Amino acid sequence: MSGQKAFNFVLVGVGGQGTILASHILAEVGMEAGFDVKKAEVHGMSQRGGSVISHVRWNAQQVFSPLVGLQEADLLIAFEKLEALRFAEYLRAGGTALVNDMELLPITVTVGGVPYPEDGALEQAMAALNARLLRIPGEALAKQAGNVKAANVVLLGAVSKLLPLPEEVWWACLERRIPAKFLELNRKAFQLGRQAVSPAG
Amino acid sequence: MRRILSGNEALARGAWEAGVQVAAAYPGTPSTELLEELARLPGVYAEWSTNEKVALDVAVGAALAGRRALAAMKHVGVNVAMDALMYASYTGLEAGLVLVSADDPAMHSSQNEQDNRRLAAFARIPCLEPSSSQECKDFMRLAFELSERFDTPVMVRTTTRINHSSSIVSLGERVELPPRRDKFPRRPEKYVMVPANARHRHPVVEERTKQIAAWADSEESPTVMEWRDESVGIITSGVAYQYAREVFPSASILKLGLTYPVPAQGIKAFASRVKRLVVLEELDPVIEEQVKLLGIPCDGKSIFPLCGELDPTVVRERGAEAGLPVDRQPLPPPQLEKPQLPARPPVLCPGCPHRSVFALLAKKKVPVSGDIGCYTLGYLPPLSALHFCGCMGASIGVAHGAAKAGISERMVAVLGDSTFFHTGLPALANVAYNRSNVLTIILDNRTTGMTGHQPNPGTGLTLQGEPAPALDFEAIARAFGIQKVATVEAYDTEALEEAFKALMATNEPAVLVARHACALLPEERKTWVPLEVVEEKCTGCGVCFRIGCPALLKSDELDPKTHKPLALIDPDLCTGCEVCAQLCPHEAILTREQVALETR
Repeated sequence: MSGQKAFNFVLVGVGGQGTILASHILAEVGMEAGFDVKKAEVHGMSQRGGSVISHVRWNAQQVFSPLVGLQEADLLIAFEKLEALRFAEYLRAGGTALVNDMELLPITVTVGGVPYPEDGALEQAMAALNARLLRIPGEALAKQAGNVKAANVVLLGAVSKLLPLPEEVWWACLERRIPAKFLELNRKAFQLGRQAVSPAG
Repeated sequence: MRRILSGNEALARGAWEAGVQVAAAYPGTPSTELLEELARLPGVYAEWSTNEKVALDVAVGAALAGRRALAAMKHVGVNVAMDALMYASYTGLEAGLVLVSADDPAMHSSQNEQDNRRLAAFARIPCLEPSSSQECKDFMRLAFELSERFDTPVMVRTTTRINHSSSIVSLGERVELPPRRDKFPRRPEKYVMVPANARHRHPVVEERTKQIAAWADSEESPTVMEWRDESVGIITSGVAYQYAREVFPSASILKLGLTYPVPAQGIKAFASRVKRLVVLEELDPVIEEQVKLLGIPCDGKSIFPLCGELDPTVVRERGAEAGLPVDRQPLPPPQLEKPQLPARPPVLCPGCPHRSVFALLAKKKVPVSGDIGCYTLGYLPPLSALHFCGCMGASIGVAHGAAKAGISERMVAVLGDSTFFHTGLPALANVAYNRSNVLTIILDNRTTGMTGHQPNPGTGLTLQGEPAPALDFEAIARAFGIQKVATVEAYDTEALEEAFKALMATNEPAVLVARHACALLPEERKTWVPLEVVEEKCTGCGVCFRIGCPALLKSDELDPKTHKPLALIDPDLCTGCEVCAQLCPHEAILTREQVALETR
């Protein structure tokens, strides 16, 4: 990110997974670090178990569009594998997809009998995009930290490792949003997320 | 102080800083959070009204009483409020009155796509369009000032992308305004719109519009001219301004904060200096038409799409095609080898108390006139139980119309508790009065579910947390003269079917209230118990899959005889509503009690 004016995130997942909260924390981290920031999401029908997408943009100067264009995301953060594939076109060449390695079966699969994509499909798509794929066992690491619901903080920990900002900036923003009694658990989740990835090479 | 605020939060903050004292709304995406935010701020009375017309009437009343007032709604809500808007444009007010119209380009959660700048022009009221959260806050103050200066309601028109995107806002202090009057105004010639008075008001309104148009060209108006390369000039507003800056960094830009009436002199001056004039706006060619009426040729909808939401990608593609100076050429779409991806449509939540009603209606194959709310999802497979859905409250009237037209089937109308209060009430009165045999089913989940659990006149609580009487659906129906009325526990499929059969056996207006609180309410969450499937009893018959519950999965295990997948319950999703257990013909799903016994 050094020398770069802008950084674009696209967060995707399934309604109810906490993508909106994660995008809000990402935006606050950006502001804390001195960037202009914008974020955008859609509330409403898509929240009820449907696909969801949030956009977060940081810029050292000014952010104009709240939306990230196709092939403009530096980092695609997917809370679910199928959704990573669905929104893969947002990634720019050379970008990174950070994917929570879990399957949430859509109703069209459980009832409609449509197949869930084979695992290799994600690797293939990323290769075609010339993008890096990082898989994180979010749920397992969250469980290890003490609660499966902390998977979104595991993911944020992993994101923090990919960006050249001091860890304290992240933690300051997380602390503001997390109730005191869950702080310890989430600190662990954040650290496990950080340890799960190696920084961009 | 600087904070990241969504457009809705910033609109609320702006109204609060401007000293607003009364605010009324009906929840509707993307406008909902505005009132929720305002209700938390001190010195404001905020309410959920039963519909948008009521909300606007309430705000008018407060403004006539000399208090700054606000009404907020989604674009289609303004259609409901249109009657009130048209008289309020004529009467004017004693203190500022602002109407927030949140439009929904791309119909993220709406039944149509409409550009409410047209309604502002129709009502001859000024229309302000913020393009960021900071402007959402700043324009709110301006809107109240304009309203008082020109004695007119003012529309602040936003779009989903403004309401639900967030950016950094500098906060200010609240202006404490003393009440301007303690008595209701006695100026019947201005406020009583009988024909003799209204005839005098129309010319006043037309003259006012001319004065506002002149103000639009003054120093105070929120018009911004940005001079860069003069070979291309772009006139734009709202979020489209952000896309213009993003995609055409070299172009000169005329940003209109006020899009009705437009600053004619500013547009002429801008147009005269640029070689090529282009209008970039979302949805309708509202600005484009006003520019052309000034006799100035320009491109607009000949380049950019009329339908749907703009984004940087589409603006860049269309702009490049039209030879505009884009920041970079659009990239060819990436060649991705993707398998056919399963769609992920929204579904009724696990434990949704509406599921049993739709399962029953699907089984009975009756014609169902539906309505707007979570329960619109009853349309989707596998339930596929809805045959009509138009707008808020239309379920009952449409069913009545079909019944009166003489179709042979008994019509069923289905709507939620909040929607019933919104516009179901007068429609049910009509059914009662004009005697059709419509069966109205009120899906009473004790809240306004779709928009995120707002209280309504049935829930016993106001927006600001004050206790309120919980209105009784049965008593209302009886008061209307409907005698066939029943209330059942929505999770009890047997009782539901019995009550349904009994009411369908009559040939008169009937009301069935299917009641259970939304499974996502905090109190309900405490009662969740995940159920289990007994593999030995399950035959893979698939009856349970027909109710479309996300917690019911197909197991990898196959039934040895039928070779069909057995049912499996996801313990992280199941709430234990037992609807599937009651429908299972093999008693293969344990009830809550059985689960408790098993784990003891």
